Amino acid sequence: MNVPADIRAAGVKLPRRSRFYWALADGLVLAKRNLIQIPRVPELLVFATIQPVMFVLLFRYVFGGAIDVSGTSYVNFLMAGIFIQTIAFGAMTTGVGLAEDLQKGLVDRFRSLPMSRSAVLTGRTVADLVRNAFVVVVMLAVGLLVGFRPEAGVAGWTAAIGLMLLFSFAFSWIGATIGLLLRSVEAVQQAGFIWLFPLTFASSAFVQTDGMPGPLRAFANHQPITQVIDAVRGLLLDQPVGSAGWLALVWCVGILLVFVPLSVSLYRRVAAR
Amino acid sequence: MAQSRPAILAEGLEKSYGETRALDGLDLEVEEGTVLGLLGPNGAGKTTAVRILTTLLKPDAGRAEVAGVDVVGQAGELRSRIGLTGQYAAVDEYLTGRENLEMVGRLYHLPKSYARRRADELLERFDLTGAASRLAKTYSGGMRRRLDLAASLVFSPPVLFLDEPTTGLDPRSRLAMWEIIGELVSGGTTLLLTTQYLDEADRLADRIAVVDAGRVIAEGTADDLKARVGGERLEVTVTEGGDLDAAARVLRSYAMGVTEGGEGNVRADADRRQVSATVEGGARLLAAVVRDLDFAGVQLDDLGLRRPTLDDVFLSLTGRAAEQEAEDPARPEQADKGEEREIA
Repeated sequence: MNVPADIRAAGVKLPRRSRFYWALADGLVLAKRNLIQIPRVPELLVFATIQPVMFVLLFRYVFGGAIDVSGTSYVNFLMAGIFIQTIAFGAMTTGVGLAEDLQKGLVDRFRSLPMSRSAVLTGRTVADLVRNAFVVVVMLAVGLLVGFRPEAGVAGWTAAIGLMLLFSFAFSWIGATIGLLLRSVEAVQQAGFIWLFPLTFASSAFVQTDGMPGPLRAFANHQPITQVIDAVRGLLLDQPVGSAGWLALVWCVGILLVFVPLSVSLYRRVAAR
Repeated sequence: MAQSRPAILAEGLEKSYGETRALDGLDLEVEEGTVLGLLGPNGAGKTTAVRILTTLLKPDAGRAEVAGVDVVGQAGELRSRIGLTGQYAAVDEYLTGRENLEMVGRLYHLPKSYARRRADELLERFDLTGAASRLAKTYSGGMRRRLDLAASLVFSPPVLFLDEPTTGLDPRSRLAMWEIIGELVSGGTTLLLTTQYLDEADRLADRIAVVDAGRVIAEGTADDLKARVGGERLEVTVTEGGDLDAAARVLRSYAMGVTEGGEGNVRADADRRQVSATVEGGARLLAAVVRDLDFAGVQLDDLGLRRPTLDDVFLSLTGRAAEQEAEDPARPEQADKGEEREIA
């Protein structure tokens, strides 16, 4: 089988499949593209890992002694917060990656190809899901080294991992939307701190929300990150999860229902800056 | 595809970004197998036109067809009939040359083995085989452009769009790019290319459309356009304190297109102590001009002939230099232009 100089004139037949098939196939081509880049720019992954490790050390050894939590040791309390914070900040990577593709004109190229309209975004979010999973595994190892002792059984682990993956995927789509709105790497990074800091710190990540003043406590208790952290923490420590479990699921699914269509529609109209 | 239809057809395209009108009723027609050069300064609307014709933007008004397919209504179908090479070399720096082309092939939905062979063939053709396994970020500017161009040819599109394909390249890479583009065109590809350089349009295009303020202000072959500017530009620089007016009087008697008492195309620039005029007759004219200037007592620093540039074409068509706009694309252009038009 030789490839003719003029593929069209030679009548090369393209396989005919459904749109859904191509959305997945094109998404996979681009996810693969994003994943093979990770080891080629190792600095990015190294820094993405060092930052949460510093948070673990900071809270375990500097603040931890001064923070009271009920029912378990502070390091056991802390690690679910670290996992979810790490994943949430991973959403910024999605936005940065898209902004970079826009700035370099790659999105123009992709948009001029007869490929699926959602593939650039699914390729990015799926690759970031894999990347986040890797970083969380590293964090788990670090946690075990500093005294984290999860008590979950197989079912608890499965549920916790499933929920973290779902949360990672959902937040990645928020990152994608921000990347397409701001279209510049620097702007996405700056904005990341503005929306991610309140969400991750005004939550149950590092302290129990009971001690927060009224309005802040109300916010912390009703925002998605607290629900996801409480659910993951309960599952990993084999404690009752309560309403946090289904609320976390509802939040993640809700975020996907809003931000997937929103970012795909932005992508269709987006222009490089 | 109907044979009689033009490969690219645009009628009354309009596009605004807020207050700025990027396209203001642009019309284009490119016959199958020919090359149209879209020539104009920065901010003239060339890129906007290309973005509309390649489905990246929707026009506010007007319609366009490429390869017999409507750019808005049948955008999906159209994308499999075009290739686009944008202003930046849109290659993924952290993929190798081969990986870049294979990825594009896969996104055109070529089967894997085809995508692979097609990539190898294009690498060979664009002289990149030796660098095929290196990351694109190690490529030189010229190599990146070639890879970018190769990517737009993966599916042998019948219609190709090149947006400023040689901007930022060194002269050697530029020549190499011209050769490649020339070969493509001789293979029957319809090409629309935008450029700021007349020599590039001259070398590559069958017809040239000069674009200004979002519309085509002149169209024709390179020879047509040059004829409108006329011959060559004679430039005289007088010494410090030299008599610029006397020099201008002398040049007026040689300048083309001088009408009753008018300035014709004689331009004086006091700051640079320079007078220039469009002349015909080339080098043999120089001796006579020097004699006349000497007779008029004008002391010279420099005197020379140069070929018409985009600036000259532009100046003769609009009465304004092309460069000024390029310097400040942010200013509210429409109001300014309207005024200048009236004065001119």
